Amino acid sequence: MSAVPVAAIEAEHLRRIYRRGTEEIAAVDDISLRIDRGSFTSVVGPSGSGKTTLINVLGCLDNPSSGTLRLGGRDVFADCKGLSEAKLTVIRREAFGYIFQKFFLVPTLTVIENVILPFTFYRKPGAEQDVERLLKALGLDRRADHLPGQLSGGEMQRVAIARALVNRPDILLADEPTGNLDTARSDEIGWILQELNTKEGLTVILVTHNLRLAALAQRTIELRDGKVAAA
Amino acid sequence: MKKLSIFEVAWKSLLRKKTRSLLTIMGIAMAAWVLVSLFGFNRGYERSLNKDIDNLGFQMLVVAKGCPYEAATLMLKGGTGLKYMAEGIAKSVAAEPEVEGVTPMLMQVVFDPNKGESGGLAAFLGVDPLTFPKMKSALPFKAGGWFREPEAVEAVFGYEVAELEQREVGDLYLIPEKNVEVKVVGILERTGTQDDGTIFLPLKTVQKIFGVEQLTSIGIKVKKEADLKAFEDKMYKLPDVQVVSLTQVKTTIMTLVSTARVMVFSIALIAILIAMMGVVNTVLMSVMERRQEIGILKSMGAMAGDIFKLVWLETILLCLAGGLIGTGLALVTARLTDILVRRLLPYSPSGGLVAIDPGLVLMALGVVTAIGLASGIYPSWKAARMRPLDTIRSEVES
Repeated sequence: MSAVPVAAIEAEHLRRIYRRGTEEIAAVDDISLRIDRGSFTSVVGPSGSGKTTLINVLGCLDNPSSGTLRLGGRDVFADCKGLSEAKLTVIRREAFGYIFQKFFLVPTLTVIENVILPFTFYRKPGAEQDVERLLKALGLDRRADHLPGQLSGGEMQRVAIARALVNRPDILLADEPTGNLDTARSDEIGWILQELNTKEGLTVILVTHNLRLAALAQRTIELRDGKVAAA
Repeated sequence: MKKLSIFEVAWKSLLRKKTRSLLTIMGIAMAAWVLVSLFGFNRGYERSLNKDIDNLGFQMLVVAKGCPYEAATLMLKGGTGLKYMAEGIAKSVAAEPEVEGVTPMLMQVVFDPNKGESGGLAAFLGVDPLTFPKMKSALPFKAGGWFREPEAVEAVFGYEVAELEQREVGDLYLIPEKNVEVKVVGILERTGTQDDGTIFLPLKTVQKIFGVEQLTSIGIKVKKEADLKAFEDKMYKLPDVQVVSLTQVKTTIMTLVSTARVMVFSIALIAILIAMMGVVNTVLMSVMERRQEIGILKSMGAMAGDIFKLVWLETILLCLAGGLIGTGLALVTARLTDILVRRLLPYSPSGGLVAIDPGLVLMALGVVTAIGLASGIYPSWKAARMRPLDTIRSEVES
């Protein structure tokens, strides 16, 4: 049984402040939002609007400066108490899968080895049964024994998606996943995310500059200066 | 279902920068090579020296006071300075309760004008055919054997003399200055000792040919249960003789060997420290280059301990690979080291000079593993402390 029960996020008055000398910069400034389980949400906004900072805090990659965050109804950050890196890791591996603009694949591991790499450190019970199905669903079954250097950009990002999903996370966080891809490959990744949401019921949060991609989501949150401008 | 162990991940990480990994492995291999070769040499030298001294057959030599007791010394002194003692001393020494046996000897040296380009000295050692072969039973023969009769006009040639004089068993040899021909009945194998340059004849024959009734030395074999030190003191009290204890010689040489061991250890330690610095540098560089990847591993569930283990394992793999190659090199080049060391040292014992046994191999592998464990701590700790956000952020900030 999963330690984090249901994939749903509730954030209240989240703030993330960075200090640069005496200056305080609120990258996330008093944001309250709710992400429903099984939803597809996109986060858009200009550069420096706080998209990545927000997704980092929501994805437990970072502690907020203040505010509360609940995952599946359970408090993660409450009363501004920061969590240790070890505790954040435990939450992350149970609840989240991440994909980034860069694929961060290990160049000396094959596709299949990159996909199952998370199992080396943590394996959700029964997760390994999904690997072959996952490779097939992402069109990687014939590329399983190839090295990343032999793949196209789109294929590499699909490997990164497979790796993010191999431990059956409740929520997939995608931060500019198509930033390094051309339009056709970007669309392909967008459809994959959409399909994972509609067919698998996966909660997807997508940070993007690409409005065409953002339009695939059921809901779009627009950030400006660390605040929600439109939702 | 394919499984990926942390060992495989570590190994494949090392393959990423093959040249760098290989150079680091070779650095460790060199240290292991030095370590195994030096310690192997130290062990081999000590063992061979012990064997040589034990093969002498007697633990003590009694010589007339002021007499050089080694052929080599005689050669250096141009064959002069021989002093003699009465044969009766051998009998009185043999009567001592601590003595298992004695063997009287008479050394004589003559100038041989045919030796080399401008002549040289020929050393003859008169030995008792009844006691000497028994005491020196470890002396190996290339051909033939010992003379049996006490007054036989026969000779046993040391290896080098036989080579120099081009004599084989059955040939005759004319003793320079004395005009007496002796028959070669045996040729010794190379021993690496002064025996190689000596011509052995029966004691009585030497006494007769050279007209000397006395002895130059008496070899004494002491009973195992006897107190060697107390017996030595007793021998010192004999008038007009001096006692050369081979135990003393052995102790002196062993002290020198121990001093050499400290030097050897220092050299090995320096090699190890240099190798360690190389490993720390390589692994740390690798960790810094893979910051983002480490961040991703942590984002996908790797705990700090997992990352520490991964980097530590990489370091140990590097060191073990280097250790195995270095030990292999030391084994393969042991013979070459032996030849080189023999050329460099003024004296080297007859047996193998480099002794590499399984114990030494295990010790070397243990040392390189320890190097790996020690050098891996800092880079592993640094990698384990990385926060995923810090490593990935620069790539995803918007």
